Amino acid sequence: MVKREDGRKPDEMRPIEIKAGVIKNADGSAMVKFGKTIAIAAVYGPRAMHPRRMQEPDRTVLRCRYSMVPFSTTDRCRPGPSRRSTEISKVTREALEPALFLDEIPKTVIDVFIDVIAADAGTRTTGINAASVALADAGIPMRDLVASVAAGKIGKEVMVDLAGKEEEETSCDVPIAYMPRSKQVTLLQMDGDIPVKDFNDVLKMATKSCEQIYKKQKEALGERWIK
Amino acid sequence: MNIQEQFIKDLASKGNRNDGRKEKDYREIIIEKDVIPKAEGSARVKFGDSEVIVGVKMGVGAPFGDKPDSGVMMIGAELSPIASPDFETGPPREDSIELARVVDRGIRESKMIDLEKLCIEKGEKVWMVFIDIQIINHDGNLIDVAALAAVTALHNSKMPTYEKDVVNYEKKTKKLPVRFKPITITVAKISGKFFVDTTLEEENAMDSRVSVAIKDDGNICAVQKGGDSLTESEIHQIFDLASEKAKELRKLIN
Repeated sequence: MVKREDGRKPDEMRPIEIKAGVIKNADGSAMVKFGKTIAIAAVYGPRAMHPRRMQEPDRTVLRCRYSMVPFSTTDRCRPGPSRRSTEISKVTREALEPALFLDEIPKTVIDVFIDVIAADAGTRTTGINAASVALADAGIPMRDLVASVAAGKIGKEVMVDLAGKEEEETSCDVPIAYMPRSKQVTLLQMDGDIPVKDFNDVLKMATKSCEQIYKKQKEALGERWIK
Repeated sequence: MNIQEQFIKDLASKGNRNDGRKEKDYREIIIEKDVIPKAEGSARVKFGDSEVIVGVKMGVGAPFGDKPDSGVMMIGAELSPIASPDFETGPPREDSIELARVVDRGIRESKMIDLEKLCIEKGEKVWMVFIDIQIINHDGNLIDVAALAAVTALHNSKMPTYEKDVVNYEKKTKKLPVRFKPITITVAKISGKFFVDTTLEEENAMDSRVSVAIKDDGNICAVQKGGDSLTESEIHQIFDLASEKAKELRKLIN
């Protein structure tokens, strides 16, 4: 078995910490830590959609904004949207949408803001985990929580939750988001180089890990709401 | 949902399409090379009524700090308002950024361009390859059309020469160092069935899509899902279909 940089087993994620209700002003919020990666998500809404031309007459619009704060990385990252963050905001929205009932309240918007305050690989997946808990924390009806993690391959070994230098060493990096109850994959991306037949192992490990994250998400919501 | 969407969905549930194609059929594909005289390489690709021009321009600039001896590749996409009543002027929106980044990943991760051969002076000067995707007419499946056009354009690009700190665009002698032919295939799920090469009408009715970039050796090098969720077995079916179609499309590039 290959020893990982931080001594983890291949199927072992970094220490995970999830806390619901971290921003008082927000309707729902959550903080999620995966090792040294920290994301905070806030949910506002459902509320009236402004600008009004973006209203949908028959449904709620889900609007996501993923952003890395300037001090989250070794080299300061420029504030404001980039091509990368725009794409991640889009896939994050598509990862969360299947969990929501968006055809119940017309002309409204649910805003999900994700700020990555510390980045050490896996920021989009950590952000989705936080957003999912924040949506539940806001009391928004959901089909299921969405759990998210990346898996990849280093050499012949499949590994989950790639961190630090591992991300550069992998032959492929597959971030997924998953709804454990219905076994639906809501985020699927990949870059690298992998035979089609090996993809199954990567996907399996990622979905299995998502089930563990799912438990922790539920625990965090329980701690906040079950007295 | 409007009537047209419902019509497409009803047809799709039986594996049919409104233009008479089967699930795995592509529209007529037309590839033209070297269509832009001033570009280092270019291609115009049509899938039915979808039409894209990709131009490759090169210049000399500084390398990235973490890769001092490697050339730089950049891909941009412009959903020009000439191409569809739904496209607007202004800064790039989500769709065009995703299009550019998915095509980028397919080419970058396949290591198609030999970027190390594009170093002029380590840490100081390298060749920069700018690949720009211009949508001429939008009738669906833009990712596949753009990716095929980009790979074709790169395979037919000639490098300008660099003498005494000046780029000479008149004198193009060497070919751009490229090796593989990565192919991107997007599979759409409509009413539980899988289709390739969707038209705009079909895209408005589809549930989800997965774009898969496939290398010459059959390995996959980039994946991007859009739209609604999928099960694991659906993902595998999509990969198998994409792998099959990639082999056919690769033969069209020369």
